[in-house]
Amino acid sequence: MSEQTTEAAPETPQPAAVDPRLLVREKGFSGYLDEFARRVRGGELGSLPVIIGLLVIAVVFQLKNSSFLSADSIANIGVYTSGMGIMAVGIVFVLLLGEIDLSVGSVAGVGAAVWAVLSVTHGLNDWLAVLLAIVAGTAIGALHGFFFAKVGVPAFVVTLAGFLGWSGLQIWMMGKEGSINTPSGSLVENLTGYYFENKAAAYSLAAIAVLAYAGSLLLDSKRRRTAALPSRPMSEILLRTGVVTVIAFAVAYELNEPSGARGLPLALVLFLAVLVLADFVVRRTSYGRQIFAVGGNAEAARRAGINVNRVRISVFAISGMLAAFGGLFIASLSGGATKNLGSGNTLMNVIAAAVIGGTSLFGGRGKIWSALLGMLVIQSIQQGLNLLGMASEIQYMITGAVLLAAVVIDSVSRRTQKTAGRT
Amino acid sequence: MSATPVLALRGVSKRFGAVQALTDVTLEIRPGEVVALVGDNGAGKSTLVKTISGVHPVDDGVIEWEGKAVRIGKPHDAQELGVATVYQDLALCDNLDVVANLYLGSELRSAGVLNEIAMEKRAKELLDTLSIRIPSVRIPVAALSGGQRQVVAIARALIGEPKVVILDEPTAALGVEQTAQVLDLVERLRERDLGVILISHNMADVQAVADRVAVLRLGRNNGVFDVADTSHEEIIAAITGASDNAVTRRKARTDQVKKEAGA
Repeated sequence: MSEQTTEAAPETPQPAAVDPRLLVREKGFSGYLDEFARRVRGGELGSLPVIIGLLVIAVVFQLKNSSFLSADSIANIGVYTSGMGIMAVGIVFVLLLGEIDLSVGSVAGVGAAVWAVLSVTHGLNDWLAVLLAIVAGTAIGALHGFFFAKVGVPAFVVTLAGFLGWSGLQIWMMGKEGSINTPSGSLVENLTGYYFENKAAAYSLAAIAVLAYAGSLLLDSKRRRTAALPSRPMSEILLRTGVVTVIAFAVAYELNEPSGARGLPLALVLFLAVLVLADFVVRRTSYGRQIFAVGGNAEAARRAGINVNRVRISVFAISGMLAAFGGLFIASLSGGATKNLGSGNTLMNVIAAAVIGGTSLFGGRGKIWSALLGMLVIQSIQQGLNLLGMASEIQYMITGAVLLAAVVIDSVSRRTQKTAGRT
Repeated sequence: MSATPVLALRGVSKRFGAVQALTDVTLEIRPGEVVALVGDNGAGKSTLVKTISGVHPVDDGVIEWEGKAVRIGKPHDAQELGVATVYQDLALCDNLDVVANLYLGSELRSAGVLNEIAMEKRAKELLDTLSIRIPSVRIPVAALSGGQRQVVAIARALIGEPKVVILDEPTAALGVEQTAQVLDLVERLRERDLGVILISHNMADVQAVADRVAVLRLGRNNGVFDVADTSHEEIIAAITGASDNAVTRRKARTDQVKKEAGA
C-alpha cells in the first residue's frame, strides 16, 4: 500500500533532500502513531469514520439486544451483504471515475431475469445461464459507457435512462407470472444457500487471509529495504497483522462454534473473492492507475497517452457485470427472480454503501474495501433495528442520516485537505 | 555546440482557414542549447510549438530531426522522435502521488503488476539528479506548491528520455523563489545536453537562461539573437516591431550569414 504523509506542502524548500517520511518511519511505532494523527488532522480520514461508526453501531445494538452479535446474526449480515456488496464494488469503480451509475438495480434485475428465463423456463445449463446473465450485465454496462464516453451524454442521464429502460425489459422478460422460483439445488440457490459446514473451512480461510496479508506486507517491506526506500517498521506490520488476525478468527469462530452456526457461507467467500480481485486490479495494475488518473484529471490522462474512452467504457462494463452478478445473489436470497428484483431501495443502498465506506463522490479517491465497510454499516443498522422490532420507516430515516453524515464527512475532509494544502 | 541541430524547422507555414498563423518560419535547436521563443500574443508561438509537438501538422515546410526530414502528424510521432512538451496547465493528476504522475501512461511493470518499488527508486534518482526538492515522492501532487508542481511536470517530461523539451511559460504563475528553481532546472536540462525551447513573456527569465532568442512577429521570424550580446531593448523592439525596417532586416540577415559561417 502506498502510504502518504500528510504534511502541508512547505513553501520554503527543506534544508536537505531527505524524505521526511523516512524520518517519521524510522522512529518506529511512535512515528507511525504520529503520522496517523497528522493525517487525521490534515483531513485524510480514510476509513476511520466508518470503523468508528461500526463500533458504535455494534456497542449500541449489543447493549439493547444481546443477540445482535450472535452467530446467527453475523452469518446473516455476511450473507445479506454479499449481493448488494458485490454491486457496491461496481459502484466504487464508477465513483473512482467521478461518475455515477444509477442503473445497477435494474441491471441486477435483468441479470436475474436472464438467468431465470434461460435456465428455468428454457432448461439451459445452469452454469451457462449464469454466465450469460453476467455477460448481459457487462454488455449493458458497456452500452452505458459508450453513450457516456463516445456520445458525451452525462453518465447521470445515461444511467437514469438505463434505470427505467432495463427495468422495463426485466418486467417484460418475467412475463405475466412476474416471478420464477429458484429450483432447489440449482447453482443460484447455492450462491447464498450453501455453507461450508466443515469447521476447517472457515478457520483455514482465516489463516490463509492472515498469512497472505502478513506475507505481502513483509515481502513489500523487504523489497523496499533492499531498494533503500523507506519501509514500514516491523511494529506497524505486527499491529496490522494482529488486527487482521483478530478480526478474521473472531468471524471464523462466530461462523463455526456457537450452537446454530452453519459454518462458512459460500456467499461470503465469493464476496471476499470479488473484493480481493477488484482491490488488486485497482491498486496494483496499470489499468487501476488509469482509472484513478481519469477520475483525477481526464485531460492529463489523455495527454499521458491513456485511452480515456476505453477506461470509461470498461469501468461502466465492470459496473454492469458486477450488478448482474449481485442480482443473482439477491435472486438466490429471495427465492427467485421477480419483476421487482433490484427495484426499491437496492440502488440507494448500494450507492450509499460505497459512499459511507469512504469512497469520494468527487472522483479519484477511494478504496474497493469501502464497499464492504459501507455495506456492513447499512446491513448491521437494518439487522439491529429488525432485532429491536423497529419499523422499516425508522430504518430508512436512520440509513438516510448515516448517508448524509458520510457525505458531510467526505465534503468537510476535502475542505480540511484544502486548508492543509491539499486540494 | 554540435553543428547539426537536433531539431530544425525550415520554411514552416500553417494556415487555419483564413488565418495565416505561421509564414515561412525557420527555427533551429541544437543539443545543449536553450532557445527562447518570444513574441506578442498572437505572434504564433503556441502554434509553432503545436506543430513541433504534433498537435497541428504543418501545411508547408520541412521539419528536420537530426538532419533528416521527418513528418510529425500526431502527438505520438513527436514523442517517438523524442520531443517532450510541458504545457502551461501542467496536466498533472492532483489525486495521484508524485511517482504515479511521473510514470503516468508509461508505468513500470513486472509480470503485469505495477512495480512501485522500481518506479519510486528511479523517480527519486531522477529528482535527485535534477536537484529537485520535494517533501516526499509519495505525497499527492495536490499537496505541492506551484513551483514544485512545475518541476514535477518538467521531470515527468524527462521520463521518456527526450532530446528536445518544450516548456510553455514555465514561470508564468510562480513566485521569485520558485522561478529561480525552475530556471535552475532549465540549466540542468542544458547540462544534460537536451535542446530546450522556452516560451516566455518574461525577458528577465529569457536573459537569465537562454542562449538564443527567436522572436516571432505576426507569424513570421523577426530575428534570432544571441542573448550574450543583445540588449533587452533590442529584443523588445523585435517583439513589438519597432525595429522592423529595412536596416534591421539587413542586419539580421548578415548576422545570420556570419553566424552560419562561424558555426
